[in-house]
Amino acid sequence: MERVPILKIGDILLVSIQLDMSDQTAVALQEDLAERIVATGCHGVIIDITALDIVDSFVGRMLSTIASISKVLDAETVVVGMRPAVAITLVELGLSLNGIRTALNVERGMELIAAAHADELDYQLDDDPDAETARP
Amino acid sequence: MALSTEESGRLAALLSGQDERVTTRWTEIVTSSLRGRLSQAELRRQVQDLHRAIITTGEQGTIDLSAESAGELRAALSELSRGRARQGFSATETTVSIFALKDVLAELVQETGGPNALQDFVAFSKLVDEMGLFTFESFVRTRESLIADQAEQLLELSTPVVKLWEGVVAVPLVGTLDSARAQVVMERLLQTLVDTSSPYAIIDITGVPAVDTQVAQHILKTVVAARLMGADCIISGIRPQIAQTIVALGIEFGDIATKASLADALRHVLRLNGVETARRQPRRDA
Repeated sequence: MERVPILKIGDILLVSIQLDMSDQTAVALQEDLAERIVATGCHGVIIDITALDIVDSFVGRMLSTIASISKVLDAETVVVGMRPAVAITLVELGLSLNGIRTALNVERGMELIAAAHADELDYQLDDDPDAETARP
Repeated sequence: MALSTEESGRLAALLSGQDERVTTRWTEIVTSSLRGRLSQAELRRQVQDLHRAIITTGEQGTIDLSAESAGELRAALSELSRGRARQGFSATETTVSIFALKDVLAELVQETGGPNALQDFVAFSKLVDEMGLFTFESFVRTRESLIADQAEQLLELSTPVVKLWEGVVAVPLVGTLDSARAQVVMERLLQTLVDTSSPYAIIDITGVPAVDTQVAQHILKTVVAARLMGADCIISGIRPQIAQTIVALGIEFGDIATKASLADALRHVLRLNGVETARRQPRRDA
């Protein structure tokens, strides 16, 4: 069975979906991702769907489930690279992907996660002035 | 409906016999109906063309507007109606140029008299009617093709997506927004968002004359699609009357930011960006 690779970039896990998702690959991806989040302690997950021509209710539900799982594990999920045609189709179908954050591309997605995470760091800074030196 | 050979011959003879008088009288009648919107010389030339075409066709035998022999006459008639349609004359003003011939013929037949006068006149006027109908049809055809061309041009011209600032694009919508245009606008905007990776889009509706539920629906769909892709849309250029209509129709824009002017929308976007950079600033210093 094919597996979707999960790449770790800094504090972020990057999942680039390049193949048509089936039930099995979706379940495998959810399991792998949950394990990797716990193992790496990452606080952000970026799901890149640039390569997907079709996003139907199945893929939509899979994305929602992944977002919920990540949320439970304290990781922010951002879906990036949705094509215009896909977005138009989703709107026409009335699917709004509730609870999923989106960004135009991976770069923007990383900025989004960094911005969300920066707030937490700021709070830490307020509590502990010594932490400043620890950050590059 | 065609004129018999004898009738055609008599018509041609009648028209060519008093060449000068026919064209002058014909031009007079047409000129008075157009109230000086075309020059006398121009009208005279058109009338002479038609006159010549009728005579040439008549001399060949039967005048039948749908037959091949009447090609020249048909060409002259379509030429006239095409010209009028492009110059913006009404259908009546165009066909009157043909029906004027009936008045001229009535005068001529009355003067010449003869045993067949009434019969001839009825046949002639049937021909004139047919010519009038033909003119009217080609007038309408020209108008329709004009409208189709313009609609196509409008669709191409009407949807520019302009870059306002780094990461901010704007779509100034001008004119009525129907489904076809809304689709084009939506596709072009979303594609530009991807190409320029701009996270903000401003939809300016200053140039939209009326916003009804359908137009609002189209705009909302565009905004939702942009959000799905990870970009935020601001609607600007809402005129006072439009705001009243929107409320009266019960259209709900939800949490979509709406601004009165494009300047306000740009300021709003810049402030959103500004807040972010301001927040980052102390961290960078630290």
